[in-house]
Amino acid sequence: MIDDEEVSYRLRVNGADHDVPGAWLGESLLYVLRERLGMPGSKNACEQGECGSCSVLVDGRLVCACLVLGAAAVDRSIVTVEGLTDESDALSLVQRAFVDAGAVQCGFCTPGLVMTVHDLLERPKAASEFELREAISGNLCRCTGYGRIMDAIERAFAEADGQRP
Amino acid sequence: MTVVGTRRRAPRVGESAPRPDGVPKVQGRFAFGSDLWAEGMLWGKTLRSPHASARIVRLDVAPALLIPGVRCVLTHEDVTGSPYYGLEHRDQPVFASDVVRYHGEPVAAVAADHPETARRALEAIIVEYEPLTPLVDAEQALDADPIHPDGNLVRHLRIRHGAVDAPLPPDAVSVEGIYEIGMQDQAFMGPECGLAIPSDDGGVELYVSTQWLHVDRDQVAACLGLPNEKVRLTLAGVGGAFGGREDVSLHVHVCLLALRTGRPIKMVYSREESFFGHVHRHPARMWYRHSSAPDGTILRVDARLMFDGGAYASSSSAVIANASCFAAGPYRVPIAAIDGFAMRTNNPPCGAMRGFGAVQTCFAHEAQMDKLAAALAIDPVALRLHNALAPGDVLITGQTITGTAPVAELLRSLAGAPLPSDRSADDMLARPGGAGRTADDAHVRRGVAIAISFKNLLFSEGFDDYSTARCRLENGLVTVHSACAEVGQGFVTLAQQIARETLGIDEVVLAAADTTIGSAGSTSASRQTWMSGGAVWRACLAVRAQVLAAVAADHGCPVDSLEWVDDQITVPDGPPVAVRTFSEGRVFEEVVEYHHEPTSTLDENGQGNAHVSFAFAAHRAVVDVDVQLGLTRVVEIATTQDVGRIINPLQALGQIEGGIAQGVGLAVMEEIVFDNGRLRNPSFTDYLIPTALDMPSVTVVELIEQPEPGAPFGAKGIGEPPTISSTAAIAAAIRNATGLALTRVPIRPDDIALAVGGEQ
Amino acid sequence: MSVTVARSLDEALETLARVPQSMVLAGGTDAMVEINFGHRRPQHVVAVDRIPELNEWRSDGSTLRIGAGVTYAALEAAPFERLVTALAHAARTVGSPQIRNAGTLGGNVAMASPAGDTLPVLAALDASIELHRVGEVRVVPWHEFFVGPKKTTRRDDELVVAILVPVRRGPQAFLKVGTRNAMVIAVASVCLVIDLDERTVRCGLGAVGPVPLRAPAAEAWVADQLVWTDDHVRPRDPALSREFGRRVGEAARPIDDHRGTAAFRRHAISVCAARALGRAFDGGLQGGKP
Repeated sequence: MIDDEEVSYRLRVNGADHDVPGAWLGESLLYVLRERLGMPGSKNACEQGECGSCSVLVDGRLVCACLVLGAAAVDRSIVTVEGLTDESDALSLVQRAFVDAGAVQCGFCTPGLVMTVHDLLERPKAASEFELREAISGNLCRCTGYGRIMDAIERAFAEADGQRP
Repeated sequence: MTVVGTRRRAPRVGESAPRPDGVPKVQGRFAFGSDLWAEGMLWGKTLRSPHASARIVRLDVAPALLIPGVRCVLTHEDVTGSPYYGLEHRDQPVFASDVVRYHGEPVAAVAADHPETARRALEAIIVEYEPLTPLVDAEQALDADPIHPDGNLVRHLRIRHGAVDAPLPPDAVSVEGIYEIGMQDQAFMGPECGLAIPSDDGGVELYVSTQWLHVDRDQVAACLGLPNEKVRLTLAGVGGAFGGREDVSLHVHVCLLALRTGRPIKMVYSREESFFGHVHRHPARMWYRHSSAPDGTILRVDARLMFDGGAYASSSSAVIANASCFAAGPYRVPIAAIDGFAMRTNNPPCGAMRGFGAVQTCFAHEAQMDKLAAALAIDPVALRLHNALAPGDVLITGQTITGTAPVAELLRSLAGAPLPSDRSADDMLARPGGAGRTADDAHVRRGVAIAISFKNLLFSEGFDDYSTARCRLENGLVTVHSACAEVGQGFVTLAQQIARETLGIDEVVLAAADTTIGSAGSTSASRQTWMSGGAVWRACLAVRAQVLAAVAADHGCPVDSLEWVDDQITVPDGPPVAVRTFSEGRVFEEVVEYHHEPTSTLDENGQGNAHVSFAFAAHRAVVDVDVQLGLTRVVEIATTQDVGRIINPLQALGQIEGGIAQGVGLAVMEEIVFDNGRLRNPSFTDYLIPTALDMPSVTVVELIEQPEPGAPFGAKGIGEPPTISSTAAIAAAIRNATGLALTRVPIRPDDIALAVGGEQ
Repeated sequence: MSVTVARSLDEALETLARVPQSMVLAGGTDAMVEINFGHRRPQHVVAVDRIPELNEWRSDGSTLRIGAGVTYAALEAAPFERLVTALAHAARTVGSPQIRNAGTLGGNVAMASPAGDTLPVLAALDASIELHRVGEVRVVPWHEFFVGPKKTTRRDDELVVAILVPVRRGPQAFLKVGTRNAMVIAVASVCLVIDLDERTVRCGLGAVGPVPLRAPAAEAWVADQLVWTDDHVRPRDPALSREFGRRVGEAARPIDDHRGTAAFRRHAISVCAARALGRAFDGGLQGGKP
């Protein structure tokens, strides 16, 4: 192990407490999730907050897990893409929309985008196409040109509207 | 028993089947290479040269080995087999020994128990360099001292077609230009990654994200000094490729570390390392002269293409061949003199990227066509239509087009499409400059232009291109096995559709792509729909024949009295036989190796039937340009494309939109910037790719379905054409908006603003 | 390396007093990149994102005191858009939504990147930085705080606690030039603030010098060329904006780098300054609305 002080802490991820024993303190939340907690759904495409592939919710805020220090995320409520799938294994409406719309190609950006769109659905509805595009402008996709992703967002909004009382 | 009701049938060929990997991908459960983990695993990292050219004076790894947790440090002395690898020529060292030839060349690799330990180990390795003056200009490389034992010229392809020595008629009109293209990166989202696990027989299992398992395997085995059968590769989930994973990157390093330590080794490149770790699109400088009759009939095209291949050969030979073969564009050109050069320099190696040589020359030939149209005062579309290639025409390589070539149809259809409204949005934020709120309508002008391109499908120049597939039908389940690398393009969907179409069975699963079956060839050159799709189809047809023979034997009737209808076989003497039931407890299996028609090499004049088939696409760009600030916003890309036949409409749309996005990037923002051979922007902060606010909506005006003779299902590959002429169309639209020549892409704000700036 | 997750300002300051070389971690959008890439290996980190005082803001009508921990996302919205329009507009151009959810105004100030998007706004507003250390509070005007690229006069044991922003009644504009339509580092940026009460014009420049700059000569010149009324300004000469842009451009001290050339940066500053002034005449966006 690295010749630094090791630290142990506990993170609350997807509603459950997870012990992180004997970690190097410089580890990002992304690293801890992927390599220590067995949750590789958040992706490692740039590790500097430029691609959105590791988007997670920390206390309800959409952030890049690569820019969160793991040890400084104690007592926060962390939700990752793994947390969107419940025990029944059913897809969320956002996930279903991504599959149906053909918004997935290589899929590396997909978990981050799914998190972003989930967050988007929780907010006051964005009015214009510009605002929708702005909302996902922090999630780089190299395969799709964003066309089917925009379609997935529209489908997700339509589905969500249908579910609202 | 009577069965009532209908089951919803899984989609067949021609329908928008969903991806089989779509659900795990949206759940974050799909295992990409970087997600792999093994018990006792160590982390590998690579030490790279900070110099573009230097002699290694001293290399001392001892300090790194003193760091607790560091298990192994390897240099060139530790390579157990061939010290070199390479896609076409094995000219690239596994680790540099005496010299480094590009910024980022691997010098050593370490294995440690934590990535941070490995990072510190790299910093502890002592390397003393004697920097040399790097050779960074491809043109100068022609005469410069060789930077590599193989010399600086990787390939000179000379095309002389028609009466090149005959003078032009006196009324001929000629236009000349010099065009440049910067170095583009594939920028796939999933960085390079691999997990190597030593096996009991002294061999190694490598799980790696790649485009071509078998060509990797051959190079890795040679460098490890192991027979091929002791090196087993399995495809790990691939986060995009676009050509950048056709070459070996970390493969040999990670295997060497695993074999030395006896432990599983995981290597994952950082984004910065990814920029150093794979080949890029060749930057090019291209001189062109087009000559035509006054009515616009092209008489002759002359071109000199100078492609910078960087320090090692990679696929430069094939790239310059493509650039040269398609240098004149999809037009009838009776006389052509093309000289294509791929040079070695101390820039990073360049190789495959979507469009493969045709992107560079398309940018040039389409600019030339517009220039010629202006010189002749002919409408640019009319000029193109006047010269459009058609089936039966002869290319500048002397090859006659025997397949489909709907060039005129593409142009007419695209030209007739309505334009988007003049104000896509009144909101300043939707104008060039976006949330930077720079836009001022008084200085925003709209440009519109079209471009068209063509390119070969499949491998060319006599390469024995083939794909292997196994189909197995057992207990009502079809299993398809192919080593085809799924990199996001959707082969896994197509393979299922083809198997369902052929056997009528919904339940089709794909076995993992690995080297236990024969090669499927590369996921490149728009070839897998045709080649691996074709192999799967033939394997399924063979299984179908086996089943029919078995049913005929059981029923004592001739095979030709049977009819396969969906998942049932009608027999003359009784109720139909359900294929599902018939295959209970029986195995029908076939392995097929599918080769496309042979091609020939190009002769000393660049003539020969070197290609199998061609695909065409046209793009119309509408671009708003803030002419004072040089900022642009692509408002719309409209496209028509020659697709042969569409196997999956939804995936086709995704390929087209995605390919165009890479063309948008190259047109207005994407470039690896150098300072005397040193990369200055190896990050997503400074190497910019389009965001959702940079990529416009795409209007697919028409996908022209003319089945290609000889192609399985008549389908042409569709991955590359969207990238090729979209860049050229955007550049032309910006020219249209600004009136500037703009002979280089990406077009930077400076290029516009400082040229037009006087008007402010 | 160890981490203190400070729950109060005192705890953070005491930690900084004890380990002055600590790396302060706020939104993490800059600091974590340095850690991830091994560019910095701090021996101690003080996380300041749970200190209530840092996340607060208040206004006494003439000065807005914005806690250093207020995020860009918060700055984009009310009441900042009304009170300091240019700051809200600048905040919207920072990075991505994810970055704006995490990154803070104090982080932008303390990092002092020449391309920091809020810095030309703070310069144009004549903002000050409130620094605390154990037993001492000092307020430093922006121009005494930023001294070079990523260099400030913050002492190792001090924490940026708040930014003090004068509320100025009048037109404001922020324009940022980058080579992408989103998520881009500024190649050049301009913030224009017109104070109708003082009858002054202030113009801040970003990414064209080692520190955020002002264009004092152009500001003074243009103030004399304007017809001032209580609630708007207009030019005496219609060509004023262009000349103002040219003069502002002279104040830039740009360099060539991989993001843009010095010549383009100066040009962009001139164009943006001219456009900003033109918008002020159009009645444009007003800051300092109560």
